[in-house]
Amino acid sequence: MEQFREWGLSAAIFLPLIGVAVMMAFPKTDEAIHKVIALGTSLLVAAIGVVLLFDFDYDNAGEMQWGVEHDWIEIINTQFSVGIDGMSLPLLLLTMLITPLVIIYSWNHFPEPHNPKAFLILILVLHTGMIGTFVARDLVLFFVFFEVVLLPMFFMIAVWGGEDRRYASLKFFLFTLFGSALMLVSFLALYFLADGDTFSIVGLSEAVSENGVSRNAQLWIFGGMLLGFGIKVPMFPFHTWLPDAHTQAPTQGSVILAAVLLKLGTYGFVRIAIPILPEAAVAWAPWIGLLAVIGIIYGALGCLAQTDMKRLIAFSSVAHMGYVMLGIATLTDWGINAAIFGMVAHGLITGMLFFVAGSIKERYHTLEIKRLGGLLVQAPRMGWILGFITMASLGLPGLAGFWGEFPAILASYNPANGVPTTLFRVYMVIAAIGTVLAAGYLLWLLQRTAFGEPSEEFADDPHITDTNRDEWIAWTPMLILILVFGLAPGLIFNVTDPAVQENLSECLSVDLDGAKKSEFDVGLCERDGIEAALASLDVALADVDGE
Amino acid sequence: MSFVFLAVEAVPEVSFTTDASWILENVWIIPALPALSFLGILFFGKRMPKGGSELGIAAIGAAFLLAVFANVAWLDHRDNFDGEAQSALHGVVDTHGEDHADEEHSEDAAVFSVAVTENVSGEPNDVIVAAEEVELTAATEAAEGEESHPAVAVLKGREWLVNGGVSFAVGTLLDGPAVLMLFVVTLISLLVHVYSTDYVAGDRRYTHFFAFLSLFSASMLFFVLSRSTLQMIMAWELVGVCSFALIGHWWEEKANSDAALKAFLTNRVGDIGLLVGMTILFFSAGGTFDIVTINEMAVAGEISQTALTWAAISLTAAVMSKSGQFILHTWLPDAMAGPTPVSALIHAATMVVAGVFMVARLYPVFYEGYSIPGSSINGLAVIGSVTVVFGGLLAFVQNDIKKVLAYSTVSQLGYMVLALGVGAWTAALFHLFTHAFFKAGLFLGSGSVAHSVHSFDMKKDMGGMRKFMPTTFKTFIVCSVALAGVFPTAGFWSKDEILVGTGGLGVGADKANGSYHLMLIMGLIGAALTGAYMTRAIYLTFFGEFRGHGHPHESGPRITVPLIILSVVALFGGLLNLPPGFLGGSASSPTAWQERFGHFIEPSAAYFPAISHAVPSWWLAIVASVVGLLGPAVAYWYYFIKVDGLAKETGESLTELPNGLTTTNSLAATGHAFLVNKYYLDHLYNDVIVAAVKGPIAKGAYWFNQNVLDKAVDTTGETAVKSGEFIYDKIDQGLIEGAVNGSGFLSNQGGKELRKMQTGKVQQYAALLFAGATILAGIFIIFV
Repeated sequence: MEQFREWGLSAAIFLPLIGVAVMMAFPKTDEAIHKVIALGTSLLVAAIGVVLLFDFDYDNAGEMQWGVEHDWIEIINTQFSVGIDGMSLPLLLLTMLITPLVIIYSWNHFPEPHNPKAFLILILVLHTGMIGTFVARDLVLFFVFFEVVLLPMFFMIAVWGGEDRRYASLKFFLFTLFGSALMLVSFLALYFLADGDTFSIVGLSEAVSENGVSRNAQLWIFGGMLLGFGIKVPMFPFHTWLPDAHTQAPTQGSVILAAVLLKLGTYGFVRIAIPILPEAAVAWAPWIGLLAVIGIIYGALGCLAQTDMKRLIAFSSVAHMGYVMLGIATLTDWGINAAIFGMVAHGLITGMLFFVAGSIKERYHTLEIKRLGGLLVQAPRMGWILGFITMASLGLPGLAGFWGEFPAILASYNPANGVPTTLFRVYMVIAAIGTVLAAGYLLWLLQRTAFGEPSEEFADDPHITDTNRDEWIAWTPMLILILVFGLAPGLIFNVTDPAVQENLSECLSVDLDGAKKSEFDVGLCERDGIEAALASLDVALADVDGE
Repeated sequence: MSFVFLAVEAVPEVSFTTDASWILENVWIIPALPALSFLGILFFGKRMPKGGSELGIAAIGAAFLLAVFANVAWLDHRDNFDGEAQSALHGVVDTHGEDHADEEHSEDAAVFSVAVTENVSGEPNDVIVAAEEVELTAATEAAEGEESHPAVAVLKGREWLVNGGVSFAVGTLLDGPAVLMLFVVTLISLLVHVYSTDYVAGDRRYTHFFAFLSLFSASMLFFVLSRSTLQMIMAWELVGVCSFALIGHWWEEKANSDAALKAFLTNRVGDIGLLVGMTILFFSAGGTFDIVTINEMAVAGEISQTALTWAAISLTAAVMSKSGQFILHTWLPDAMAGPTPVSALIHAATMVVAGVFMVARLYPVFYEGYSIPGSSINGLAVIGSVTVVFGGLLAFVQNDIKKVLAYSTVSQLGYMVLALGVGAWTAALFHLFTHAFFKAGLFLGSGSVAHSVHSFDMKKDMGGMRKFMPTTFKTFIVCSVALAGVFPTAGFWSKDEILVGTGGLGVGADKANGSYHLMLIMGLIGAALTGAYMTRAIYLTFFGEFRGHGHPHESGPRITVPLIILSVVALFGGLLNLPPGFLGGSASSPTAWQERFGHFIEPSAAYFPAISHAVPSWWLAIVASVVGLLGPAVAYWYYFIKVDGLAKETGESLTELPNGLTTTNSLAATGHAFLVNKYYLDHLYNDVIVAAVKGPIAKGAYWFNQNVLDKAVDTTGETAVKSGEFIYDKIDQGLIEGAVNGSGFLSNQGGKELRKMQTGKVQQYAALLFAGATILAGIFIIFV
């Protein structure tokens, strides 16, 4: 086992590439072989995930585990350094789960122009990139994996996409690349200015706090990362690539995009930007929060204006990722835990929404909302599933979506030291209003697609069948997880919390000063909040001793 | 034994125990039963011989029996509990009686009872950790004599989640109000289940209907047992989603799904207040969701007044939507689109009383936040009293019998909120209790009639039903009389308690919590209205000539037996809480049946404020009865004498006078139109607010997205293309050439489609961007 820990993560990263190499050896007419190899590979990776799930030391979830370091490109002091902790574990496992499910879903439903070989190769390359990003502990390595993801998705949209695929794929590619470029600038600047001769995340974090990078430079560097990660999230106003990419992408592409790719951006914030540059994070927080709440409302309004189901779901991602970003912007443990929970929940829920949208499209050959209706009559089980996931998506407590949303709202009541409290309380109320709009656009969607009688156009269409076997296999795990995480949020919070404390301790507020607070204004918002908090803690402790 | 009626001035120091009889410790089983039956019915119901209804009835029946056991156990526990009790705040352990302070118990309590105690890393980060070092101080005052015996809640739980290094618990908080609600919810739900087997027999979604009845009951039971505000939020929304599913039961018709959406969305509006309010409480109580802790701190004055006031205001918004208070009540009458048994369940025991129960549960927050004692006006009291009258008025212009009852519920919920607002906590809960039975009886009765005539329209399809449906008629009359608050039915006692509790106009002045004159007057007006609109409904339904079609007949026993049971409780339920001084005894020392309800239900513990209890007044009871009968008297004169007389004269079946006030007097006509249009609130919400958001605002935002943001992106792209082409042509051809060839492999895999893509532009941009980035990085490093 000890040995397995040494190479387990590397195996998870490179197994898909080995699968690709094997697939290259077979001609593209042997579709069955390709399917088996691709599924087998992704299941092997998932098996590593299962081992990881059981081997992971949850008592030390804040520590880096299964870590490996090898020299890589010595000339620039970069290393092949991977490892996982409580922050990356949920996202890594989510990735390992989604990919085989997507392959199973594809089994008999490859989008036009078919070609399973190429399609599955792209998925496996994507898999490598996604896993690598979540385990990378070195900025250059992170960057490489972050970029590896880009090309397969570009081709997936460009080749297997809808009518407007050319425009959408190009937009997706360029937008992301633009962000990546700025991100790279930031990484390089950080490397040189921090002067730590390392690209390791932990090393840089230490180097920044020891060697001191001027505040101005920190702000600029953070700004670069903000653009790089923010475009991937996507944050308002850099989100416009998303609806196009989602609408045009094949179902599988949309699912992976929503479930995992968007999280690369938010993960970058909590793994890289904030731990390395806490001071800049505090300075940028009000702006991030502002863009987040604009995204929440704006995304919701965008949804209300949509006539196409898939485009509506795409816009809902803008709103949902707004909650994630709001949680991050608070820079508190509650907020960041909520953000990670929100990432997983959004991955499962929106992934499911895209799955169902894809299946509806396959049956009705349209996603125009006004032509749909009566799904519950024609395909009752699928209608129920749609109802279930819309409820999850609108943040119904008891289902996963709630735990990304409410704790983020809660955290914005009392953001970290140095982050303006009053402003964030305004954000809190705006975010809470967003939940009403979310319920609005999702339930109207449900009403127009699932309720009512089927339209004449489709009433007697024999192609409209209920959920089939492949769909059940692909969907059941996600549906179960949505419910389980909703009822037992501790499954994720308990894992992420220690890691969040460990990685973000520098900028997290001193947790509620611990004392029973008698002040309405929690009073931690000033710069010297830490001292104030400690002082009141002392007073409170003295009180207790006195009793 | 004699008990001083609960004029507790000093709050006992203890709140809860983790040690009680089996049923009180394991009360979580009660919501778990219907929750399991929901899953069972959902997945296997269709294969069962009776479509899953048998499983639902069995589960709720068992839950009801357990609830009865819990109630019996509570009666004993309330007065005779002698073990360890402690307080979240002071960590006091009350060791009077047998001293069995074994460590496990106190540890158990410390870990789970105070959500903030346990720090994962082992470092105390919270002062409430003091509870862990439990001080074995005797709670002196509380221990002395039985007269002020504290009502020690039973608190159980286990870890739910860790966040911010703090462990939060999920579990049950069982005390008087919770145990009361267990009884009410399970009983009403059981009767509704039985009734439904006949009422929805043959329905296209019979099985789903029972599945959601189960989930609905489970959610509500989970709600009343919640030990933390987080759990409350969860159950609150679950109740909402069940009502969504049940109101929209016949979703094939758009009107029904519209009503379901309206219910859900209106409640979401109130939920903004819920989320914000609970957040404020979380932080102002030092980072805990624990209800006992929050309440204790509010009582002890450890949460600032400002925080409590803001929390109370926010939570009031949630109450307004959930409990149908004016101006967020508009979803409630529309919710009649659901099957009638659901209406009965929603209006009597679940959903709408959730708001009232939430206030009752977090009462110290409202009590202190609104400064209820010594005041004469506050948010809750005003909203409640306005709702009493405005809701009651709307009941007059409804032709649908269920809508009359719906507005009546709005009005009655107003009484409960009003009572909570004036500090008459026990009266509010007592009214909740009595109202649950007579309103369920009325709804089920109206369903029985409608089942027979296949319509809810009183004017078109009913009339003279007393001849066809004698049992339904009798039970309906009994429940109506109880609703109107006529002596000595249940409604009389509970309504009278509320009116006294206002302390308005000098009534109960020395003992009431404040002097709420306006609320007393509105309450009296409401009483008159209640009797009047019920008289109208009874005339239109049961008297005159039958105006419908077919041959109506009495419903079967599965419908009538629940009606009879409910009307019996409606008749005698009031005896549970006779005021002191009635049937012997005096105001200061009640005997026999007096104040039993208050004694067992009202928490007298450190987490409940020291409210005082108004002294009942004979003359108010008489005035209220006279005023209450005045309304029905006028309605009787109009319908039973004038309309009926004219009908007999002309031989037609009339529902109103052809030349009534609304046709002759323009002012009355205007008022009538105002009421028929429901104060135009629906127009405001649907046609103005919702239409604006869905229409111009959403479209505007999207236009901005497409024509401003996206335009900017496209323009940038085009500019880049142009400059790219320029550079490509003039400078950099060789480099790009190689890149294009390098991607040959993928293009083969992708097929023809991909070839069209291969214009080389992507690579161009990539190269450009990275070139730019490198230059930028250089500049950056040199100059910053």
